[in-house]
This record gives sequence, C-alpha cells and structure tokens, in this order.
Amino acid sequence: MKRVRFWGTRGSLPVSLTAPQLRERLVAALHAARGRALDSDAAIGAFVDGLDFKIAGTFGGHTSCVEIETGEQEYVLCDLGSGLRPFGQAAFAKHGPAAPQSYHVFVSHVHWDHIMGLPFFVPAYVPGNRIVVYGGHAALESALRRQMEPPSFPVPFDEFKAQFEFVHLAPGVRHEVAGMTVTALLQRHAGDSYGYRFEKNGRTVVYTTDSEHTLARADEVQAFVDFFRNADLVVFDAMYSLADAISVKADWGHSSNTFGVELCQLAGAAHLCLFHHEPASSDAVIAKLLEDTLRLEAITRTSRPLRVTAAYDGLDIAFPDQR
Amino acid sequence: MEITHRALAEVVVVAPTGRLDYVAAGDFERTLMPLLEPAAGSGAGVVVDLGGVDYISSVGLRVLMIATKAVRGRGARFAVAVLQPTVKEILAISRFNGVVEIFPTVDEALSAISPAAAAIYRAER
Repeated sequence: MKRVRFWGTRGSLPVSLTAPQLRERLVAALHAARGRALDSDAAIGAFVDGLDFKIAGTFGGHTSCVEIETGEQEYVLCDLGSGLRPFGQAAFAKHGPAAPQSYHVFVSHVHWDHIMGLPFFVPAYVPGNRIVVYGGHAALESALRRQMEPPSFPVPFDEFKAQFEFVHLAPGVRHEVAGMTVTALLQRHAGDSYGYRFEKNGRTVVYTTDSEHTLARADEVQAFVDFFRNADLVVFDAMYSLADAISVKADWGHSSNTFGVELCQLAGAAHLCLFHHEPASSDAVIAKLLEDTLRLEAITRTSRPLRVTAAYDGLDIAFPDQR
Repeated sequence: MEITHRALAEVVVVAPTGRLDYVAAGDFERTLMPLLEPAAGSGAGVVVDLGGVDYISSVGLRVLMIATKAVRGRGARFAVAVLQPTVKEILAISRFNGVVEIFPTVDEALSAISPAAAAIYRAER
C-alpha cells in the first residue's frame, strides 16, 4: 500500500467555485501580498503555499472517487463518482490505448453521485482494458447500465470496449483482490451501502462513506470499531454535524466529524480523513469543520494522537515505506 | 458513572458524574428516561447538572437529544447546566449548543424553568 489519491471528495452533487468566489480569493491573496518581496518564482510559490487553504485551494469538486495505489500494476478505486473522469484522463494519458490496464473498482452503493463518472471514463472505451466492479448490491450491473440508457445518456453501456466483470462481495468475508485483502461491511443508508477495509503488508485503509450511525445500539458501534481497528487511514463520511445527523437529518444516511473522531479513537486508527463533504458547504465552512475536528481530537485524546485531515480533490496521502 | 437525581417542585435535577462515554451512556439513558415522564407531565421540566461530567461522547449526546425531544413534546423544558470546558467545547463542535438549552449554573436553569424550584434550591444551599 503506497498511497491514497483523492479524485472526488464531494457528497451528493459535484460543485465548483464560481467566478465571484474566485475573485474574492484573489482579492484576499493580493491583500495578504501587500508589502511582501515577491520578486522571484520561488518567493511567489512560498507565499502561495503559506496562504490559508480556503484562499489558495479548494475542497472541490467532484463526487466520490478514491484511488489506492497498492504497489502492484493494477489500479484500485473506490466509487465511480464524477472524480472518475479526471482519473481516467490521467490513466489514459499515462498508458495510451496500446497498453491494456486492469481497474478494480469497489462501489459503496449505486446512488447516482457514486456512479455518475462511469459514462465519462475513457479507459472503459479502450479495447483490452479490464474493469472489475465489486460490490454488495445485487443491482450493481443493472444500475450502471441503466444510467446509460436513453433518454438519460446517448451512449449505451454496450459501447464500452473494455472487458467488464462484476463481482459480488459478501460482507464480513475476506477477499483477495489485486494483492490486497478486502473486507466489506454493510452500512446503514437508503438501499444499503458498503464500507471496505483494504489490508496489505500490515498497512490498512478503510473507506466508509454514505454510512449513518444512529448510535442507538452498542453492537453496531462495536462493529465499526472492529472494522476500523488499527487502520492507518480511515476515509470517513463527515457530511453533517452530529446534531444534524441524529436529529433533523436522521435517516438521510450520513455521519459526522464528531463520531468519526470517536470511532477512530476507539479503534486506535492513525489518521481520519473527513470525506463526502456537504455540497452546500463553502471552502470556509469545510475549513472550519476541519479546525473544529482537530480541536475535538486534541481535547478528547486519551492515547496516541489521531491525525485529522479533510479530503480535497487532488489530495495525495503517501504512506512511509517501512512496511 | 454515578447518577443522582432529585425533585425540586415540578423540576427533576439529574446529576451524572464521570465520563459519559459510549459505555456509560447506556446507564445514563436507562436512568434518565423514566424520570422524564413525570417531570414533563408536570409542565415544568428537567435539568441535567453536568458539573461532574468531564467528557461526553456522541452516544451520550444522543441521550440528551432523545430526552430533549421527549420533554419538549410534552410542552415542558429540558436544559443542561454547569458545563466543564471540555464538555462545553464538545457541545459547540457537535452543534448541540443549538439543540439543548444551556445554563451556566443549576440555579439559573431552575430560575428559567421554575421559580418555585429555584427558590427551594437556593433555600437548601
């Protein structure tokens, strides 16, 4: 397990900066630049790197698509959200049409935001490529086909030239895929969703999105603690505040930063990555969410520190090489 | 976790102590819930004195949420008081400060809910 790359991190619906929002950032950046000696590219680069992320960056963007670089030749992805399009472009640019590749895709569920990138996935149109789609839903293949049927989309699924395979993963069973051990966990979400625990050479990544925690049953909490146990990275649905998640947005199928911290602390996980951001949240709101979550981790820490980050499109989390 | 409770006029004051973590929250829920019905039925309410609580988990906050809904549903009031700094921050970060009524002291909570209960409380001190 080498690294995790985030190609799509937004929940429910893709979003982008508007021109007025971009202008506002430029103004803020230029204000901050006043009086600075920015007379070289290096100085400019260092200045930009020192700006707040909510001014110099953006949480984006695309809906769920996360790549796990395993160290093997084959690609491993979680979900087929709109972030799949830039991933596919990057993969095609790297390999071209003459070097067939294998793509293993683990689908949390088939709600639209988690599959909408597939019709725009260039490698799917390239003969010789192999695309294996894993999931717990019986309707996995039919859902991917249906979104490409008229009148929803002009290109039918059968126009794909890559070889597609669909593999049903029973939850709780350890499966060997692309040199990793993968275990699925059934999650609470409309129509069900599945989290995935990926393990290889002592390194563990957990991908758990669109997962509601009612907090009503101790055995359910314990099941997630066990699933997260000693993970190096937990990619966690933190779409709502805890208060919203268990009151006005109960049964909407999502979780909170607060419970993400608690589960990771109970499980001894090393790194919590807040994911599936609310589409109505501005970068400033997500930056505040991260700030609050860092503070929560600090004031509730009982053992080793838990690293906390907020995912953004383009985030690249590399693991050290010691294992 | 220890949980005490007492009635002051038509208000019940509940006082847990210790860590209200996901293990202790079950005991807290089992103790608190039976107290809500008579208190809410009186038309006044419930005050949870959190002065002895140094940590509250999501599961503990859920108990407060359920209790708030149950009591408010009967036309009564539910409040928490005497938040330690860590607990106060947890409520703010989880946005529970917009869900439950929060008072600096039990006296102030009782005064807001029932002057009669507040008078008894002061007389006892």
